[in-house]
Amino acid sequence: MFAQRPDIRPATVDVFVAGQPVRVPEGATAAAAVLLAGLPAIRETPVTGSPRLPYCMMGVCFDCLAEIDGIANRQSCTVAVRPGMRIEPQRGARPAWREGAVHEG
Amino acid sequence: MIRSSFDAIVIGGGLVGAAIAYGLQRQGLATLLLDEGDIAFRASRGNFGLVWVQSKGLGAPHYQRWTRGSAEEWPKLAAELQQRTGIGTGLQQPGGVHICLDEEEFAQRDAYMAQLRREAGNLGLEYRMIRGAEARDMLPGLGPGVAGVSWTPYDGHASPLYLLRALHTGFTGAGGTYRPDARVDGAACAPHDFRIDAAGQSFRSPRVVLAAGLGNADLAPQFGLHAPVRPQRGQILVTERARNLMLMPTTTIRQTEEGSLMLGDSKEEVGFDLGQTPEAMKMIANRAVRAFPWVADLNIVRAWSALRVMAPDGLPIYDQSLRYPGAFTANCHSGVTLAGIHANRLAPMIAAGQLEPDMAPFSAERFDVRSAA
Repeated sequence: MFAQRPDIRPATVDVFVAGQPVRVPEGATAAAAVLLAGLPAIRETPVTGSPRLPYCMMGVCFDCLAEIDGIANRQSCTVAVRPGMRIEPQRGARPAWREGAVHEG
Repeated sequence: MIRSSFDAIVIGGGLVGAAIAYGLQRQGLATLLLDEGDIAFRASRGNFGLVWVQSKGLGAPHYQRWTRGSAEEWPKLAAELQQRTGIGTGLQQPGGVHICLDEEEFAQRDAYMAQLRREAGNLGLEYRMIRGAEARDMLPGLGPGVAGVSWTPYDGHASPLYLLRALHTGFTGAGGTYRPDARVDGAACAPHDFRIDAAGQSFRSPRVVLAAGLGNADLAPQFGLHAPVRPQRGQILVTERARNLMLMPTTTIRQTEEGSLMLGDSKEEVGFDLGQTPEAMKMIANRAVRAFPWVADLNIVRAWSALRVMAPDGLPIYDQSLRYPGAFTANCHSGVTLAGIHANRLAPMIAAGQLEPDMAPFSAERFDVRSAA
């Protein structure tokens, strides 16, 4: 259940947070990259539009939701970075279906 | 210590008990609401949230009438709760559909709805069976394989949790006394004179309403009543929030006010088992994706199960004790749908001390063995 706390590692992985390049240690989470990027918010809540940043960092609070590599509403604190990852703000509820879209169901 | 004498005591603080207690207190009866607490099975917390008419009451016109009546009472209740408590229940009644995935389901549904209309008598039943192509115009994103839908204008949905909160807030706001963690330990009964022991205290009242859901099975006999209810498990899946795209709820898929899609449901006879199973979840997800293929792209963020309160024939039970008048039962598996009529029509009957004659078919006497003619 418990893993040893890793040594402080150098930042070696380049990712993009809201289009801006950020360099983070290997094995860091996308949420950590968001915090390092210094954004004022990574998501806006669907109902009131309230701005949020990662909070619990353990998969519980859902305040770190982001669009990661084109997939909406991912809990960025549960996703490990990989080189070139694109982490975009999640603005409210995701679109799920468009008129005229062809769906391969 | 709180006061010990009340005009009415309601046992059970779920949707059924809270709606009745709210109705009684609003009418000026000093009412005590005894709630078991978080350890209760509490079907209300797992409710799907439909205010549903079109699948209710085949072979039981009194139930069809009761359900329709509740759908009519709902807007009044929702507006009143909003005004009294500031809590919105998320009620929307845009009509609703039952989706038939294949021709066989469509034919069955067609026959079902026709029979329901015949049984509706003078009440009438407005509905349409709508074939796939037209249904796809009506419901954006409906799957290409869907054979058709049945539609009625009466159906809708609401938030079960906001409703429960609004009823509780409305009840205490009107002066009602709420007692949590108050499982009933004992009772002494006489006509119009009851003593209820709970939470280390004794309470007296000329009226008592048993609305303890599955707990009524054990509770009712102590009051000269009969409530042969059993648990029936239902599982539900909940997706991430998506932009509003569902124009109306269906029997098993609805989009909440906040954007989540709720996918239901299973009907499982597994006793008091609140577990969840991959088989049921797979069946639910599969049917949802056949109905609306774009649902496949959504993440599931929550899933739960809850236990419906089922009588042997699936219909509600409402009774007054013959042995101890003043004691009533109220049992059903549609605590959201029936909230309107529980608060606005059942509670006044209980306050008046008499269930109206047209309530007789809901009596649990229907389960008694009758002698052959």
